[in-house]
Amino acid sequence: MVKENSDNWLLRVRGLTKIYGEPISNSIRYTGPKFGTNQCPETDAIVACAEIDFDLNHGEVLGLVGESGSGKSTIVQLLYFDQEATSGDVKYRGFERGDTNLLSVSNQKKRYIRNHLMGMVYQNPRDGLNFKFSAGGNIAEKLLMAGEFHVGRIRERASSLLERTEVPIPRMDNVPSSFSGGMQQRVQISKAIANNPPLLFLDEVTSGLDVSVQAKVLDLIRTLQRQLGISMIVVSHDLSVIRMLTDRTMVLKNGRIVEAGLTDQILQDPQHEYTQLLVSSLL
Amino acid sequence: MITTEKFSRSYNYAFIDETTKKEIRRKILKGVAIPGYQVPYSSPEMPISRGWGTGGLHASLSLIGPNDTFKIIDQGSDASVNACNLRNFVKRMTGCKTTFDTAEATIVQTRHRITEEVLTDKQIIVFQVPQPEVLRGVERFEFKTRQMHAEADYAKMWVSLYESYVKFGAIMRGAGYPVKVNKRYIMTPSPIPRWDVPNLSHSDTLHVFAAGREKRIHCVPPHTLVEPLEFEDIKFRVEEFEGIRCSVTGEGDAFMDEIYETEGSRKHVINDSNFLDKLREGPRPHQRLFTNPQS
Amino acid sequence: MSQFLEVTGLRKKFLMHILNDKNIDALEDINFSMEEGEIIGLTGKSGSGKSSLMKCIYGTYLVNEGSIWYESDTFGRIDLVAASEHEILQIRRNEMTYCSQFLQVIPRVPALEVVGEQLILDGVGHDEAIETAKTFLDRLSLPQELWDAYPSTFSGGEQQRINVVQAIISSPRFLLIDEPTASLDVKTKDVVIEMILELKRNGTSVILITHDEYTLEKLADRQLKLVDGKLQELATA
Repeated sequence: MVKENSDNWLLRVRGLTKIYGEPISNSIRYTGPKFGTNQCPETDAIVACAEIDFDLNHGEVLGLVGESGSGKSTIVQLLYFDQEATSGDVKYRGFERGDTNLLSVSNQKKRYIRNHLMGMVYQNPRDGLNFKFSAGGNIAEKLLMAGEFHVGRIRERASSLLERTEVPIPRMDNVPSSFSGGMQQRVQISKAIANNPPLLFLDEVTSGLDVSVQAKVLDLIRTLQRQLGISMIVVSHDLSVIRMLTDRTMVLKNGRIVEAGLTDQILQDPQHEYTQLLVSSLL
Repeated sequence: MITTEKFSRSYNYAFIDETTKKEIRRKILKGVAIPGYQVPYSSPEMPISRGWGTGGLHASLSLIGPNDTFKIIDQGSDASVNACNLRNFVKRMTGCKTTFDTAEATIVQTRHRITEEVLTDKQIIVFQVPQPEVLRGVERFEFKTRQMHAEADYAKMWVSLYESYVKFGAIMRGAGYPVKVNKRYIMTPSPIPRWDVPNLSHSDTLHVFAAGREKRIHCVPPHTLVEPLEFEDIKFRVEEFEGIRCSVTGEGDAFMDEIYETEGSRKHVINDSNFLDKLREGPRPHQRLFTNPQS
Repeated sequence: MSQFLEVTGLRKKFLMHILNDKNIDALEDINFSMEEGEIIGLTGKSGSGKSSLMKCIYGTYLVNEGSIWYESDTFGRIDLVAASEHEILQIRRNEMTYCSQFLQVIPRVPALEVVGEQLILDGVGHDEAIETAKTFLDRLSLPQELWDAYPSTFSGGEQQRINVVQAIISSPRFLLIDEPTASLDVKTKDVVIEMILELKRNGTSVILITHDEYTLEKLADRQLKLVDGKLQELATA
C-alpha cells in the first residue's frame, strides 16, 4: 500500500497493532473488514487496529477517516503514547535521526518526545487541558516541561500563542472551565503548539463544536499549518473536515486501512466498497 | 513463669525490637544513598498514635544509643507538651541524656523547625513529617506520583508554583516549600518555614525525614545540594523580619513568633527557645543566615 | 526531445460497489501528446469524459490502464499513473494546478486570503501576496466591498472569478482549467482570456475545458474532442 520511494518522511509507521485482551495468532487473521468485526472469534480479544503502515512527510497533512470503533483514534493515541502499542515500528525523523523505534524507548524518552517533538489536540478539552490550571498555566506546563523557567518569558509566549489562536489575552489567567467550547479548543491548540512541534495530532477537534465555531477552528488549524509548516494527522469521521484540511487520507474499517490515497481521489474516485458508501453518505 | 533473661525486662532497649531497628536503619541508609527519595519502611506500632510524631520516634530510637544526648523541639520549643512527653518516653526507654542545649545534643528530633544554631557533623536531625509526598497537592494518586518521581516529571509541581505566582504575585508556600535535592528528586522539607529551607543545603549534618503514618523515610545527607524551586525571574525568598526585634532579647536575624496581647497590640519573640535562652545568657551562637535576592 | 505530456492507452472505468458492482466506462484508449507552452482545448458533450480525463491527469481519478508521461520540473520525466502520492502532491505544489468548475473553500475565510494563499505557500510575504491578490481581483472587476467577504456566500459568477484567480495567481507551469468563463459576462471573459494568454506567454502549458466557442477560439492552439469517452478527432484551431 505504501510506495517506498519517498525519502522525505517525517514519521514512518509499520505494522502498528493494538490488541485488547488475549490475542492469539489467529486474532488478526479472523478480524478486519473482511469479517466485519474487530473481535477475535476465539478469545474475544479486540483488535483495535492492526498492521497499520504509512509514511507522513514533512509538512504533510494526513487524514484518518472511519466510523466509531474503526481504530482511527487508537492510531494517534498509540503514536502519542497515550496507549501502549501491542506491536509495531514507528520511526520519527525528529528523534535520534529516525533510527529508533519510538515504541521501544523508555518512558522518560517518550515523555521527552511528547513534550518537545509532538502535540496533541483531543476532542474533549478535558483530555488535553488541566482544568485546575489557568489557560496560561496549561501553556506554561508545556513550556516548563521543555525547560523554560522564566515566568516573564513564559507569559510572553503564552500571550502570543493565545493571540494567534484568537483567545482574548485578558482571559489568560482564567480556568478553562469558564470558557466556551470553541475557546477551550483554541487554548488546547495553543498548548499543543507551544513548543513548535514538527508533528501535531488532531483527534476529532471540531466534533463537539457548533457549526459556526467549527469553521473558525478549522481555519485556524489550516493557517497554523501553512504558517508553521507543521505535519499533521487529522482524525475525523467528518469528510468535510478531511476535505478541508488534509492532503492524503486513509480510510479505516474494523481496525484496518481499507483504502489510502490523495484526499481528492478518496472523495471523488473511491475504490473500496466501504469508502464508496462513506462518500455517498456525505451530505 | 517465664524466667529467661530475654523476657525479664518489659521492653527492648529503645522500645523497638532490634530487627525492626535494623530495618529502619537500613532504610535510612538507603535514603542517604538516594537523597530526596522516599523509602518505604515498616513503621511499627508505637504507644502513641501514628501521625503524632511516630516517624520521628522510629528514626530517633533506631539511631540512639546509651552515649547519645537527645534533644527534641516542637515548633522551636523544647517545652511544648508534645516535646516533653516524647522526651520523657525516649529517656525512659533508653536511659540516655537529654538536653535543651542545641550544641550539646547528638540527636535532635524536631517538628517543623530547624534550630537557629548551626548543627555540626557530630549531630543528626530527625524531622517529623506529616505528608512526605511533595506532589500530593497536584496529584492525588500514589501510583502516579511514584511514576512522576521515577521519571523526574515535575511539570505539574512547577505549574502550581506558576499559578500561585500569577494569582497572588508571589509563590505562596508558607511552610514545606518544595526543594530539589542533588538535582534529582523534589521533596518536601516537612512543614518548616522558608526561613529554615536554605540551611538544608550543604549542611554538615545528616537530615532524616520520617513520616510514621505514611510509612516513608527520606534523607538529605551532609554536604548535599538542596535547591528551593524557583524561576529564573521569580526567586525563592525567606520570611522578612526587617526592622523587627525580639521583645525579650532585643535581637533580630532569627525566625520570629508574632504574639498578640489581649489589648490587641503585637510583639515578636524569637521562636527557637534554646537560641533565645543563649542570647539572653551570653554570646550569639553561630547561625547560617540567608539573604533574600534584590527584588 | 520528449513531449511535455504524453498520454498513451489511457482507460478509466468506475466500479460502483454500492450499485451492485455496476461498471461505468468513462475513458477508453486515450492517446495524445502535448508540447510545452501549448493550450489544448478539450471539447465534447456533457458526460463525454472531459473532466474525467483532466482529473486522471491531476491524480484525482485513479487510472485503470495506460500511462501519463509528464516532463516534470521536480522529478524529470515521470508517469503520473505510477507516481507515488507524495510525488503527485509535490508536483501539484510546485508546478501543476487544477481549477474546477466549482469553488471549494473553507467557510469564513475572506476572498483576499483565499486568493493570496497559494502565493504565501510559494513563499511570498503575506502583505505582498494580498497586494497581488488585489490587482487580480481588480482586473476581474470583483467589487471592492467583496474583497473582505467570504466567497462561499458569493454568486456563481463571483465565485467563478475567485476560482480562476486562485488557480492562475501563482503562474503554474501546467494549468488544468475547467470552464473558466462559463458564468462570466463578456468583458470579464475577455480579461480571463487575456490572463491565460499572459500565462502562456510566460511558458505555461494549459489544458482547457470549455463549452464556449469564443473562449475556445481565442485560447486553444489545438482541440481534442471526446465522444463517449473516446478521443474522436484532432483539429487545429
